[in-house]
Amino acid sequence: MSEWAFIALLFVISAMLPMVPIVGGRLLGPHKPNEQKNSTYECGVETVGDTWVQFKVQYYIFALVFLVFDIEVVFLYPWAVAYNQLPLFGVVAGIVFIVTLAEALLYAWQKGALEWL
Amino acid sequence: MTITPETVAFAIMSVLVLGGGLGVVSSRNLIHAALYLALTLFGVAGLYALFEAPFLAAVQVLVYLGAIAVLVTITIMVTRRLMGITENVNRQWPVAALIAVLAAAILGFVVISQFAGVYPTQAVPPDTIERMGQSFASHQGFLLPFEVASVLLLAAMIGAIVVARD
Amino acid sequence: MADVLASLADIYTTIGNLLTRLFVDVLGASPELASGIIKFLGAGLLATSVLLILVFNIWFERKVMARIQDRIGPNRVGPWGIFQTVADLAKLFTKEIIIPDGADLVPFMIAPVISVMSVVLIWAVVPFAPTLIGTDLNIGALYFVAVSSLGVVSILLAGWSSNNKYALLGAFRGVAMLVSYEVPFVLALLVPVILSGSMRMGDIVRAQSIPFLVVMPVAALIFWIASVAEVGRQPFDVIEGESEIVSGYHIEYSGFAFAMFYAAEWAHGFTVCALMTVLFLGGWRGPGAEQIPTLGIVYFLGKTFLVYFFQVWTRAILPRMRIDHILSFSWKFLVPLSLVLLVLSVLADKLGQLYIPGYAVAGSFVDLLPRTALLLVVTLIVGGLAALWVAGLGRRERRRQEAALSVASIEGRAAQQAR
Repeated sequence: MSEWAFIALLFVISAMLPMVPIVGGRLLGPHKPNEQKNSTYECGVETVGDTWVQFKVQYYIFALVFLVFDIEVVFLYPWAVAYNQLPLFGVVAGIVFIVTLAEALLYAWQKGALEWL
Repeated sequence: MTITPETVAFAIMSVLVLGGGLGVVSSRNLIHAALYLALTLFGVAGLYALFEAPFLAAVQVLVYLGAIAVLVTITIMVTRRLMGITENVNRQWPVAALIAVLAAAILGFVVISQFAGVYPTQAVPPDTIERMGQSFASHQGFLLPFEVASVLLLAAMIGAIVVARD
Repeated sequence: MADVLASLADIYTTIGNLLTRLFVDVLGASPELASGIIKFLGAGLLATSVLLILVFNIWFERKVMARIQDRIGPNRVGPWGIFQTVADLAKLFTKEIIIPDGADLVPFMIAPVISVMSVVLIWAVVPFAPTLIGTDLNIGALYFVAVSSLGVVSILLAGWSSNNKYALLGAFRGVAMLVSYEVPFVLALLVPVILSGSMRMGDIVRAQSIPFLVVMPVAALIFWIASVAEVGRQPFDVIEGESEIVSGYHIEYSGFAFAMFYAAEWAHGFTVCALMTVLFLGGWRGPGAEQIPTLGIVYFLGKTFLVYFFQVWTRAILPRMRIDHILSFSWKFLVPLSLVLLVLSVLADKLGQLYIPGYAVAGSFVDLLPRTALLLVVTLIVGGLAALWVAGLGRRERRRQEAALSVASIEGRAAQQAR
């Protein structure tokens, strides 16, 4: 438990460190808003339309493929820690797991889910 | 009841979880709801760390905050129609609230009636992760669930790609 | 005299003991409170030094880059311009923090804070010396991956809350790139965990009688490329490509809110160098570091700055890659390569453990030689084949383009003659 006390303290301190100068800068720095200054920056050109332009579904697919890989890799970590004590059978079990992961990658690749355009 | 650093941490994490959950269901802006969800997930990670399950805590942050919260946010942003919703469109919210309160009451009753006064009898062994890894890869342990999990994830990805592209 | 020398040899434990005695005996605090205060002081020192070392790092990076590009670099403020960063900070502090119209105030202000936190928190598990580590979590390796994945959240928050098309575009690109490179990052990180049999950062360093860079150079290279991408430095700086999306997700930030994003990015650049040192270069290990823990931090910082120099070097000489090339490079090259490497080396290592006499998985330099030799051979074969494959791909692509070009030029000349 005491291991996490340090992290909790570091968490609080690392939150304070950026917050103090930002709040301080806001209090000490100049504060003169005007219409031009506060308008959305687009290289000096008036903004046209909504910020919410339609994004490609491709972003979503990348995030999804990543999610699957992320979960799979998390399972591999305990296996990696135990690796030295495992018999050959246990190592092969892990390899089967990795091969299934590779299969998922191959499927996504062949389906064109990894293409950007 | 004495106040120790643990109880203080537990209180803070509980406030994060419950407050975040309340924010998710009550905020009109969908992105704000997603951010409150991230807060809740973070609080759960803190609770895992508090309960001496560091592996689960790290997995919670890595998978839920780093991947699922991001995925949810991206999904909302990619779906343009969802972004425009600021009104409360769900007319059945009083019924839903009632059901949620009932479910919470039943769950709370079960937990309190079954587990009140139950405390861990022995300390967490230091090599939990190693044991987990060993049981993932032995037939006495969880070999079948381990391999089935990978197949399940493969199926999930195939399904998601098919749904998203076609 | 010998006592003094012994206490100087492990100065971190000595200082800790002295502080405990000060709080308990002199000020009359309980031992728990004393250890809490010491933890607090340590955390404060760690967090501030991570940010303060940037003052030097930014100057160092600008100076090195300037020299590579045949310029002089900062040379006005202080000797060799060393106080340039201090002057920049003072200027940024007096600037107005503009909140643009339509911005979502709370997420807008939280984003830079999360971005700094995601970097500073990584340092909690970095071992500086045998006896100097914030906290040696038993899930250390997974902890820093989890914490650094919070950086994605901050980028998404900043991009969304700014109400600016460029910011949103930068954030989306950033998320696509960061999540893509997290996969090879995590897969390459499995290699040190497997080789040392532990996720404790202290154990990973202790297991490196032979640095893991020598055992598995290709895994180290994959980890290095992925971590440079995680930082978003050249050649992977599409998140804030100036010529395309002005400055990406932090376009609407000014003053110290901007400075925090800037600080987080540069601190992250230095942090991945420290992680590389710990995971593949043996961390604090060096001649005599086991006996004299005080030396550990010298070796650690020396190696980290060496890696940092390499990072600046690559940054200065490589052009920005296109976003689709970046993503393909991760998914179609780094991920398959690390999967193949992982499977083959794990299999070879286990067979070696079973059938090669004298094959040890832990111990001194000499004990580890058979394992190192076997794994090095496997790694080099896999890496060599991958390099040949990529070279073949490149050659084919170049031929295709040359053919297309020559046809076009012939047609163009024919058209001119006809006219």
